[in-house]
Amino acid sequence: MNGLTFRQKTVAVFLAIGLVILIFELIRRRRLREEYSWLWMLTGLAVLVLAVWDDLLAALSGLIGSTNPPPTLFFFGVLFVVLICLQYAVRISDLAVQVKNLAQKTALLEEEIRCQREDRSKASL
Amino acid sequence: MKRAPRGLVVVPARDEAQTLPGVLAGIFALPFALDVVVIDDGATDQTAEVARRAGAVVLTHPFWLGYGAALQTGFKYALSGGYAWVVTIDADGQHDPADIPALVAPVAQSAADISVGSRFLVDPAFPMGFAKRCGIWFFRGVFRALARRTITDPTSGFKCLSRAAYAFCARDLFPHDYPDTDMMITLQKAHFRIVERPAAMSPRRMGRSMHAGAAAQIYYAFKACVSILATVFRESHAYLGEPKGRTPAAPPAPAGSCEAARRSPRETAPA
Repeated sequence: MNGLTFRQKTVAVFLAIGLVILIFELIRRRRLREEYSWLWMLTGLAVLVLAVWDDLLAALSGLIGSTNPPPTLFFFGVLFVVLICLQYAVRISDLAVQVKNLAQKTALLEEEIRCQREDRSKASL
Repeated sequence: MKRAPRGLVVVPARDEAQTLPGVLAGIFALPFALDVVVIDDGATDQTAEVARRAGAVVLTHPFWLGYGAALQTGFKYALSGGYAWVVTIDADGQHDPADIPALVAPVAQSAADISVGSRFLVDPAFPMGFAKRCGIWFFRGVFRALARRTITDPTSGFKCLSRAAYAFCARDLFPHDYPDTDMMITLQKAHFRIVERPAAMSPRRMGRSMHAGAAAQIYYAFKACVSILATVFRESHAYLGEPKGRTPAAPPAPAGSCEAARRSPRETAPA
C-alpha cells in the first residue's frame, strides 16, 4: 500500500494548517464562538496528522478496507464535516425551541399589557 | 354570584377570518360561560380583528410557529389563568361547538384526563380522501399495537384536556407542528386516562388545510413515523418528570381585570 505522494501530502498539510489558522482567526475576531470551533479544529488537526503520519493513514485505510490512502484522508474529512452538520442540526433544534418559547411569551405578555392598559383606562374614567 | 368559568376554549387560527365568526358564535351560544382564546398564528388576514370583535381573547404570535405551538400557547395561557380544563377546537368550522358539553363531561367529572372527539363514532364511513383514510387506518393500528387499546380518531384536533394533561402539554416535549398520534401515545405512556366521545365533523368549506398538498402529506407521514418510533424508545421517566398531581397552577385572573370583564354574563360551566 503506497502512502501519499509528496505533492498530495503538501496540499493536505497546507489545507489543514490554513483551516486551523482560519478558525483561530474567526474566534479571535469573535465571528465564531469557541463552542462551535472544536469540531472544525479537530477536522483540521485530523487531516494534518493523517497527512504527515503515513503509518497511521495506512492502518486506518486497512481498517476501512481501502487499498489506497488518499481516499481515506478524504473519507475522514467528509466524516468530520457530517459530524459538524449534525452538531449544527442539534443546535438549530435547541434554538427553534427557544425561539418558539420566546414568541409564545411575547404573545402572552402582549395580551397582559393590553389588559393592564385597558384596566388602567377604565379606572381613570 | 356567578362563578368564573372553569373552562377555556383554545382556537388555533391562521387565515381563518371567514370561518372563525361561525365557530366563535357557536361557542358563545353554549348554555354556560366559557372563556375563549384565539391563537393568531401569523395570520395574514383579519383573523385577530374578527376574533376580538366576537369577544375572544386573542394571542398573536409574532410569526408562524405551527399548529402544535399555537395549541401550546393556549395551554400556557390556561395555566396562567388556572383553568380546570381546556377544549381545543379547529377554527375552520369542521367541528361543531355544540359537541363541547359532551366532550367536557368526562374530564369535568374527573372520569378522564383527555376526551377526544371522534368523527368515526358518529359516522364510521366519514368521507375523506384515499391518502387520509390510509393514514388514519395506519395510525389507528399503530396506536392499538403500542397502547393495547383502540382510539378511532387518533388525529382529531377536537379534544378536552384536564389541567394536569394540558400542563403536561405545555412542556417542551409537545411538538411544534402536528401533535397527533405521537402525542396520544406519549400521553398514554404518561398514564393519562384517554376516552373518546362522538363528535360530528363537516367537510372544510373554505380556506386551506395544513395537510393540503402531496409534499405536506409526505412530510406529515414521515414526521409522524419518526416521532412515534422515538416515543416508543424513549424511557417512560422522560414523561413522568413532572408528576400529574403536582401541577402548578397560577391563581385565576383577578375580578375586574379585562379578562374577567370579557366573560359573557351567562351561567357557570358544568361542575
